[in-house]
Amino acid sequence: MNSPILIALFGLIALALHVTVLAIGAPWLLGYSRCLQARLQGRRGPPTLQVFRDLTRLWRKESMLAENASSVSQIAPLVVFAASATAALLVPSFALGLSTGPASDLILIAGLFSLSRAASALAAMDVGNWFGGLGVSREFLLAFFAEPVLLLVFFTLNLVAGSTNLDHIAELLRTGVLGLRLSLGLALAAMITVALTEMGRLPIGNPSTHLEVTMLHEAETLEFSGRELAFIEAAAMLRFFTWLALLAAIFAPFGIAPAASPFDWPLGLLSFGAKMLLLATALVFFEAGVARMRIFRVPELLGIALMLSMLAVLFLFVSEGYT
Amino acid sequence: MIYPLLAIFAALLGVGVTESFIPSLASLLRTMTAALCAMGLAIAVIFLLFRLTAAGLHLPFGPPGLGINLALDGLSAFFLLPVFLSGAAGLWAARTEHLSGGPLIPVFIAGMVLSVLAADGFTLFVGFETMSTASWLLVLSYGEPTAAVKAGRLYMTMAVVGAMALLGAMAVGFGVGGDFTAWRAHPPHGAAAAGLLALLLIGAGSKAGLPPLHGWLPIAHPAAPAPVSAMMSGAMTKVALYVLIRFLFDLAGHNPPLWWGVPLLVLGAMGALLGAARANFETDIKSVLASSTIENIGIIAASLGLSLIARAAHLPSLAAMALGAALLHVLGHSIAKTLMFLVTGAVDHAAGTRRMDRLGGLVHMMPITTLCAFCGAASLAALPPMIGFASVWMVFQSLITAPRLGSFVLQMLMPVMALLLACGGALALSAMLRLVGATFLGRPRAVRTAGAHETDFATSLLFMGLAVLCLLLGLVPGVVLRLANPTLTQLVGADLTGQFGLLAITTTTSGASYTALPVAILLGAILLGAILILRRHPAVVRRGRAWDCGYAAPPMFMPFGDTSTQYGATSLTEPLGRSLGVPLFDWQMSTTIPEPGEIGPARFGVVWYDPVLRFLHAPVLRTRDWLADRAELIQRLTIRRTLGMMVLALVVLLMIVALLEQSQ
Repeated sequence: MNSPILIALFGLIALALHVTVLAIGAPWLLGYSRCLQARLQGRRGPPTLQVFRDLTRLWRKESMLAENASSVSQIAPLVVFAASATAALLVPSFALGLSTGPASDLILIAGLFSLSRAASALAAMDVGNWFGGLGVSREFLLAFFAEPVLLLVFFTLNLVAGSTNLDHIAELLRTGVLGLRLSLGLALAAMITVALTEMGRLPIGNPSTHLEVTMLHEAETLEFSGRELAFIEAAAMLRFFTWLALLAAIFAPFGIAPAASPFDWPLGLLSFGAKMLLLATALVFFEAGVARMRIFRVPELLGIALMLSMLAVLFLFVSEGYT
Repeated sequence: MIYPLLAIFAALLGVGVTESFIPSLASLLRTMTAALCAMGLAIAVIFLLFRLTAAGLHLPFGPPGLGINLALDGLSAFFLLPVFLSGAAGLWAARTEHLSGGPLIPVFIAGMVLSVLAADGFTLFVGFETMSTASWLLVLSYGEPTAAVKAGRLYMTMAVVGAMALLGAMAVGFGVGGDFTAWRAHPPHGAAAAGLLALLLIGAGSKAGLPPLHGWLPIAHPAAPAPVSAMMSGAMTKVALYVLIRFLFDLAGHNPPLWWGVPLLVLGAMGALLGAARANFETDIKSVLASSTIENIGIIAASLGLSLIARAAHLPSLAAMALGAALLHVLGHSIAKTLMFLVTGAVDHAAGTRRMDRLGGLVHMMPITTLCAFCGAASLAALPPMIGFASVWMVFQSLITAPRLGSFVLQMLMPVMALLLACGGALALSAMLRLVGATFLGRPRAVRTAGAHETDFATSLLFMGLAVLCLLLGLVPGVVLRLANPTLTQLVGADLTGQFGLLAITTTTSGASYTALPVAILLGAILLGAILILRRHPAVVRRGRAWDCGYAAPPMFMPFGDTSTQYGATSLTEPLGRSLGVPLFDWQMSTTIPEPGEIGPARFGVVWYDPVLRFLHAPVLRTRDWLADRAELIQRLTIRRTLGMMVLALVVLLMIVALLEQSQ
């Protein structure tokens, strides 16, 4: 069972399985969260499979482009999708040691998210309508506050686990040699805030809003239809899934299976499914209880996250005289 | 290898002189200069690739007893890369342009080459000042006279302050006379070392754009013609960094105290934040780019400081990582910034303005230039897989492993510095997106802009070459690290061999790796797959009026709609201005909306200023004017008094010489 070829083969098969999980799980999880949200609001809500139907419908429909749309409008959605999908491939789901494991560096994943954000900003500015610009200007503000928090969380993780490789971090935290730490708790709180910002969920943004002036990410996509919109929506689903998977891999790496032992995969899949379901449910329940903040209040929230992430680093220094 | 470089140096001066006498040959001579620079680039690459032995050269003229000393080692060869690359690209882009200061460009490059090759303080100073003066004259020679003179005066003042500080640094650190070999044998200690560091941070830092003397860059760099701006930002700032590295890493000895790198680290991180923040509020493309230069120089300086600290703490592998990151960023920034300034030149030429609030929609008229600008901007914004990301990745990796350094204060410093750099990174991304968005996307904001045209074929080839270089070196950053290896061995006693390859950069300090090529292939494969599927099953695409959430169609007399309803350069960063601009730049927005029925336009305006300019540069300028007034007294003296002054000056100088003789 230990020959390198076999391990590489298993890594590849696990990667294929990971892709399947992404393809099915990402839309389904969003559909589930929408359904649950509707139930909490006293509506029957769309069935969880509605998301798949929406995607196929968008795929079949014709694309309506503005007269002055350049090829940026057609290519940027693909870049948004490709960057989000690449990031999704780098974040382990049910197994560690996928073929993409050595590449799953946290800073690189953040870079890929930035790339996807940049492409969607370019797409939004292409036609020159004012909602696109509005969305982009808000993205700038949020990114300025979210990015440093994320980096400090990585700083903490690197101090704890000695690397920014996600596989390595998850493996160390899974085996539990590091124990429970206050710093990790603070980092978790900070990272959840960043995740909410990046996913555009409440209280920072409201993904189901229909009022354009309150939009964050959605304002950037108003000009798109048909296949371009399908790619953008698919990318948003992947990012939603990836952020939750990232939280699960770092802060709840229980039951995650080594890719080299296929017999543990079912358990890994099961526990991963449970974790994602739990996270999505928690997110929806949390959202049901909060109202959307004014955009200029968001920096305060992210400022708190920044303090938390700074504290996480400080506690590590103080607690063990890190050398 | 130093002789061919000397020949290129002489040829550059010769070309400059020839052009000033026979201006009709300008076009031919510029092409020749570009070729000379390309040759220099090839020589530097060969020198680094085959790890040739360092060579020195003593020329028997120059100051008595000293002569002119030149030397070519790994460090100087590496810094010849940005100089020659930026020079070749700039001159190729300017080959047909009419520039009144044309003959000065080869002299400017020659000055940079001389500063990098110099092996004694006098030669270094001569090269540095040739570079300063030539670029100052180029700033003066271009554009609207009053603006040029204002920029030129600010630049000259900063250059003079820098020059005096540089002279002072050399005098304090190493005394008078002796070449670098002699200086290396007697590195300064204690107060002398601290003085050297402080004066050097002013002398070289002001030229590089290191805080607090960075405020002049976004005013002076844009005032020159685009190719010269490209060289000033892409190459001249790097020469200033070279001087910093040469003194701090090499000449000041290998055993400085632990805190030696801290000022550089702190100032660099502050520069990264302040430069990137300012880039979000400037409205002239070139000023945005010059502000982004401050940011990038800050990243490099922070990495250099970290490397110095790590070397002093006897962690050679961390020191090598940080220095390697700095050198990679030097080259990456130089390529991307040269590209972006040249693109700005093309935009200025085609659309008649560099103001973003008059541009827009150039993607339709200049598709190739736009694509290349996207690549350059992505590299400056540190997006994967461009070269900018590779170096920033390395900087962050070295920064987050740096708490192993020991001392608690230093440990505490690292997360704060990481925080500043991360803020700078996010701001750089928004600045670059704003730049390309307002310039190339959307609708033209002025009729003149709608009449823009694509740049000529040869120039677009150059743009494509530079853009591909940004991408290729980003995919395989190991190539540059390999060129940097001789320098790393020479300066920190360890190199990065084994830590980079075709597929990845790996840190031995933390075991993380950046797999640029595989991830880029993955990304490209997904992108290509999506495109192929779209090709196989083409969608029905219909064109119509922009949806714009149902707003009414523009009237007939507005062919591009009411372009003032579109988000512009100022409005794109309005939320950032409100939260970040207010504390940093005293950013203030004013809107005037007339009452219903009132006839009058609605107005929207933003004012801000850089406090550095007001509180630091302005007093320097006032001191300059005061001194100039006093100095004018000399011109009104009678002949008797003038002669008296000369005798007095001679006596004072002789006394200084006598004192120096005595002390030695």
